[in-house]
Amino acid sequence: MEKSILRLTLNGRERADAVDGNVLLIDYIREIAGLTGTKMGCDGGECGACTVLVDGEPRLACISLAASAEGHDVETIESLAEGTRLSALQKSFHQKLGSQCGFCTPGMIMASEGLLRKNPDPSVEEIRTGLSGNICRCTGYVKIIESVQDAAERKAEGDAA
Amino acid sequence: MEYMPPFEVLKPSTIDEAVALHGQTPEARFLAGGTDIIPNIRRGIVAPGALIELSGIAEMQEITQTEDGGLNIGAGVTLAQLETDPRIAAAYPAIAKAASEVAANSHRNVGTLGGNLCLDTRCVYYNQSEWWRSSNDYCLKHRGEICHVAPKSKRCFAAFSGDVAPTLMIMDATVDLAGPNGRRTIALPDLYQADGAAHLLIGKDEILTAVTLPPNDGWATGYAKVRVRVSIDFPLAGIAIALKRDGEKLKAIKIAVTGLDSQPITLAGADALANHPFDDALLQSLEGLLPKQIQPMTSTLTPPGYRRRVSGNLIKALAKELFATAG
Repeated sequence: MEKSILRLTLNGRERADAVDGNVLLIDYIREIAGLTGTKMGCDGGECGACTVLVDGEPRLACISLAASAEGHDVETIESLAEGTRLSALQKSFHQKLGSQCGFCTPGMIMASEGLLRKNPDPSVEEIRTGLSGNICRCTGYVKIIESVQDAAERKAEGDAA
Repeated sequence: MEYMPPFEVLKPSTIDEAVALHGQTPEARFLAGGTDIIPNIRRGIVAPGALIELSGIAEMQEITQTEDGGLNIGAGVTLAQLETDPRIAAAYPAIAKAASEVAANSHRNVGTLGGNLCLDTRCVYYNQSEWWRSSNDYCLKHRGEICHVAPKSKRCFAAFSGDVAPTLMIMDATVDLAGPNGRRTIALPDLYQADGAAHLLIGKDEILTAVTLPPNDGWATGYAKVRVRVSIDFPLAGIAIALKRDGEKLKAIKIAVTGLDSQPITLAGADALANHPFDDALLQSLEGLLPKQIQPMTSTLTPPGYRRRVSGNLIKALAKELFATAG
């Protein structure tokens, strides 16, 4: 089987890589692009640990083909911090203890990022809906929701990140 | 890297091109959002020689008004679009509700109307890894010889688990198909049969391209669903109802169900309950339509008896709710 050239934007940078048709988006991100922040959890689209943004919308990288991202804009957890300066969501998850073991956190933050871009002031119900595809096996959901609320306030107060 | 069998991804930009590509690669499968077929490829249930990606076909991504005032919805329209489109919310709220209750938003952003209608059937003995299924001698649906759910049965009892189909059936929707022998349009119920291993009556070389809805002439419609994980799961039972009210009487009612058999089912006998007073006896009669028309089996972790009881209760609760709001 011949590889074909996959062109996409990953975290703001245009890339072109030789990729087989059967490569999953998560394997492309982790193994080819070397960005291991995105996690493989359930391996079947049930847990949300692999959530990334495609054209600003949350997607599950473990049930998406890399080929389907051709020509699209993909963002992973690595895109949020600027150098050592954390984004509003990252600060909030850190300060409000939204992260316990941390495995679900990249997916939680990217799903939250997709939500806050569309809806900068979500209700608790809207946050729950926005994160409904993301499982935390430490079950720290209350702190996660508080973290997203805190980030929404932080952004409203002008924390640019 | 995780295991994936080798395949190419082909990207047609028209329906005709997609049909022609399938003619050249007969072992190919069509790919829409991929939320169902990709996990099945990972589990060794599906091994396509190629995937023909339909998301680049512009003519399948549109929602347009028909001449008679109904809607034509491209099969590539995502569930997230169905959930939020104002024309659907206004005239067909049951469809918007069903779409909003499919999985999570990250699935609905890619999952499509056509994909939800052509969803593979599901069973606890089928949606498992290769090593799990091989150590259980596989099953009637894939590679095996017996149905573990009904060992004496010649038929597979995997459950159809699409949420949107019954909400289209109560509106008398038709579906457009395109294949090597041209285009055809069929009533939605004719897309399905009661066999979990072969529930779709559509050729492997055919594409479901669009759904057509006649105008809604005064039906109050709704959808109600029970599932294990409320945030994300497939239906243990899903009920769609369309009804009309005339004072304190039920003028007419249509009921379709999903998750309770290998195909979505429009309940027969609802016509006979038209023009009856809307009282407890009528609600019992509505529930009474169910038992002989559905056949839930132990294809889920929840026992069939529970799914029978809960679907009866859903019918009663949803009918009451719709009757209260109907004009």
